[in-house]
Amino acid sequence: MIAPKDETRIGVYVCHCGTNISAVIDVEALAEFARGLPQVALARDYKYMCSDPGQELIKQDIVDKKLNRIVVAACSPLLHEATFRRVAEDAGLNPFLVQMANIREQVAWVTDDPVDALAKAKAHVAAAVRRVSKHEPLERRSVDVTPRVLVVGGGIAGIQASLTLAEAGKEVILVEREPSIGGHMSMFDKTFPTLDCAACILTPKMTAVKDERNIRLLTYSEIESVEGAVGNYKVKVRRKARYISEEKCVGCMACIDQCVFTKPKFPNEYDQGLGLRKPVYMPFPQAVPPVPIIDPETCLQLSKGKCKQNCVEACGERGAVLLDQEDTIEEFEVGAIIVATGFKAFDPSVMPYYGYGRLPNVYTSLEVERLVNAAGPTGGKLVLRDGSVPKRVVIVHCVGSRDKNYHTYCSRVCCMYSLKLAHLVKEKTDAEIYNCYIDMRTSGKGFEEFYNRVQDEGVHFIRGKVGDISLVPPENGEQSNRMTIQVDDTLLGKVRNFDVDMVILAVGLEPQPDTDDVRRMFGMSCSTEGFFLEKHPKLAPVNTANDGVFLAGVCQGVKDIPDTVAQADAAAAKALALIDRGTFELEPNTAVIDEDNCSGCRICNNLCPYDAIEYDEEKEVSRVIPELCKGCGTCVAACPAGVITGVHFTNDQIFAEIEGMLFDAMPDLLAV
Amino acid sequence: MSEKPKGKMAFYWAASCGGCEIAVLQVDAKILDIAAAFDIVFWPCATDGKTRDVEKLADGEIDVCLFNGAIRTSEQEYMARLLRKKSKVLIAFGSCSQEGGIPGLANLSNRKEIFDTVYKENSATFPENPDDLRPQHETEMPEGTLYLPVFYDTVKTLDQTVEVDYYLPGCPPEGDNIWAAVTAILEGKLPDPGSVIGAHSTVCDECKRIRTEKKIKKFYRTWEIKPDPDTCLLEQGLLCCGIATRAGCGALCPEVNSPCIGCQGANEGVQDFGARLISALASVIDSEDPEEIDQIIKDGIPDPIGTFYRFSLAKSLLRRKKQTV
Repeated sequence: MIAPKDETRIGVYVCHCGTNISAVIDVEALAEFARGLPQVALARDYKYMCSDPGQELIKQDIVDKKLNRIVVAACSPLLHEATFRRVAEDAGLNPFLVQMANIREQVAWVTDDPVDALAKAKAHVAAAVRRVSKHEPLERRSVDVTPRVLVVGGGIAGIQASLTLAEAGKEVILVEREPSIGGHMSMFDKTFPTLDCAACILTPKMTAVKDERNIRLLTYSEIESVEGAVGNYKVKVRRKARYISEEKCVGCMACIDQCVFTKPKFPNEYDQGLGLRKPVYMPFPQAVPPVPIIDPETCLQLSKGKCKQNCVEACGERGAVLLDQEDTIEEFEVGAIIVATGFKAFDPSVMPYYGYGRLPNVYTSLEVERLVNAAGPTGGKLVLRDGSVPKRVVIVHCVGSRDKNYHTYCSRVCCMYSLKLAHLVKEKTDAEIYNCYIDMRTSGKGFEEFYNRVQDEGVHFIRGKVGDISLVPPENGEQSNRMTIQVDDTLLGKVRNFDVDMVILAVGLEPQPDTDDVRRMFGMSCSTEGFFLEKHPKLAPVNTANDGVFLAGVCQGVKDIPDTVAQADAAAAKALALIDRGTFELEPNTAVIDEDNCSGCRICNNLCPYDAIEYDEEKEVSRVIPELCKGCGTCVAACPAGVITGVHFTNDQIFAEIEGMLFDAMPDLLAV
Repeated sequence: MSEKPKGKMAFYWAASCGGCEIAVLQVDAKILDIAAAFDIVFWPCATDGKTRDVEKLADGEIDVCLFNGAIRTSEQEYMARLLRKKSKVLIAFGSCSQEGGIPGLANLSNRKEIFDTVYKENSATFPENPDDLRPQHETEMPEGTLYLPVFYDTVKTLDQTVEVDYYLPGCPPEGDNIWAAVTAILEGKLPDPGSVIGAHSTVCDECKRIRTEKKIKKFYRTWEIKPDPDTCLLEQGLLCCGIATRAGCGALCPEVNSPCIGCQGANEGVQDFGARLISALASVIDSEDPEEIDQIIKDGIPDPIGTFYRFSLAKSLLRRKKQTV
């Protein structure tokens, strides 16, 4: 290693990038300019710096010409900074003594005039040279990784990720906030485009989760807090009281049979409120774990303190009914976390012109999923609230999606599930079915074929957005629940009105309402629409800004079941790669607080997007936890005392860079 | 006589209020120690002395010069250059010489605007100045040409005018800090040239109030609320500059329920006091809604420059209002 106190000898390498750069920038003139800059020992231009010979050139110069700082004027550091750092490292130079000048994206590709381009490129090179002379050698640190993964959310994404990890022999803690795993998929009747029975393909996986020794399943539980950093998170899980012991219960349902409520009386959340349940209930027959739950708000004993407690008696000696059960907190240490918290279906009651919640026969698609499901509230019979079978049904596409008043994005699954529901409703009722769509988006495997099939089945398609749904005026003084649909048919070019007796609103998918809390808890970011932000949309689609946290399923963005399962396996693979290796290397460009001079003003305390700042009450100083810090610089900028330094982004380095950028306005900076 | 020869000391008062002159006396009885250690060769405020006396001194003959006040006129610039030449150690004494101080806020105007206010638009002078007379650098009189110093467009700090060896912050500097500086000079234990003689942390370090994580929904003017005596003033919505201000005063103002106004200047290593403070406060305003944030700032901070750059405008990266040609 070359001691930092040695004479600074900077090597500048100007890349042609084929003709990407050299077609606009006079690369030879740029190298000549670099030769004249202070502390520059040599400057070269070369066709492809990132190629093997290009890399070799730098390595050779580091050794032969005793270079101790490198500037590569080429593309974005996102692309090749890692490459050139490795080159330096291979040649025995600290990798952080390399700086890139981005003369491709920031100059060549955006500047037409060669004179302007050369001037700009000179500024970039001067900035990089001045900056790199202030660089300090930095060391990466390595931490041990706990070989256990937390999976948050027990929908199909969480189930799939957990099973894959368990299959690899890793311990998994799977936390689900509802009483059963299964998520939205367990509510569906069939899946598009194959019309597989959702339960038939999902329940074996749910059971596998229950039976898998490597998976610790915690349902009806929520994450209380997450501390620590990549490789070593400490997670507290609140296990909400379900008033029935999961260990003792055998799922005989005697407590449900014997409940003082002889008939189900309360809306079942799982059935979207279309079916009824007792205070003690199973969410659905195939629930995992197969253990009933008692709802404390409707249970007489728990809400009023007065009940015969038949359930306790029915359970008898087994003693699984625990009316005095309380929430408990369990703690786990995990090395990686997979967030698979799913979505919420868009609530169309905010769109008054569609009448949801006001007109009895307007349903959401999720409600219809329950109505056509054999295990649903009607036993799979598609009937309206009055028990009649609909004869004319309209499916309204893009409800809440592709609508600048609600969500501008396309929810991706609605076209296909609308086709599926059209098929199922047609099959069950032989009704006339109208699909009112903006565009049909059927771009998946077997999707277009399914679309053709449903068209062949006689389902009608109207290209246009439904503007209004209203009740048909009373006939002979009698008000029916029939509705008039007003749609602007863009193919006919006129507004059409027609009557139906059932409306299905194809509601979009939106982020869970507590997204922001979850984001904070796991140190992630959200995109503008509120889905969790992946580290890179193309190259790191399941990673997040928090190195040990990975994403699976719709919580990252709208997608269908096959994509969700594929992403869950990808997240599992990423988590596996992290924990299986056993160690994790931390980037050294973190923030550091000079504790001697920190006055403990606490301005920085709640700013860190990664929760990497802790406050020491005793010493009255704030401290950065290096394992958590991503070097984003938020606290550095905010510290009013200026005692937080962004390592590798010090004031000196940044000011040097700015001065370099202004080289032509500050000629004395160029004096050698 | 085994006593070592007395050193020579000078004081000067440029564009400042004079508080720094009084502040020297805050060292109390120790002023006698200073007098014992130094011959005061020049101190226009306290002793009789003329510029020509200084001009006659050899270069570097003065051991220490404590220079207070900013540079706003040609005369002040001349004195700064003269005292620089004659002094071994030149200390920028107090906010005005260090960062421009209150006079530096004049950089929000230029000479013409200032003269318009003083000699024309001011109700106190206007009726008496119907011919719109202005001070002139040269005036021809029967006896000869009379000169007034040139009034510059821009207020400069001492170190924007001449090289400065040390800085003693404060408006005015605290007695203890003055004495510490004098002691350092006497003992030859001065820090590296260019240093500020003072603490390297901020006023919060000396403030006894209880601090928690900060979230500010509304800023109040001092007369609007009666602050709780034990809680951080900033957390109560008073724009206390203590978070960004160099320690050394013992948190005098917060101690008496008054927010710090930043007279000790920026902490060590900070380039721009106001930018630091703005960036810190921007981080803790408790809203995500840009319009609400704008409103919080507009309602609570009616004079941002006067608040964030009360003492440091001339020294800041902004330096002055843009000059229109």
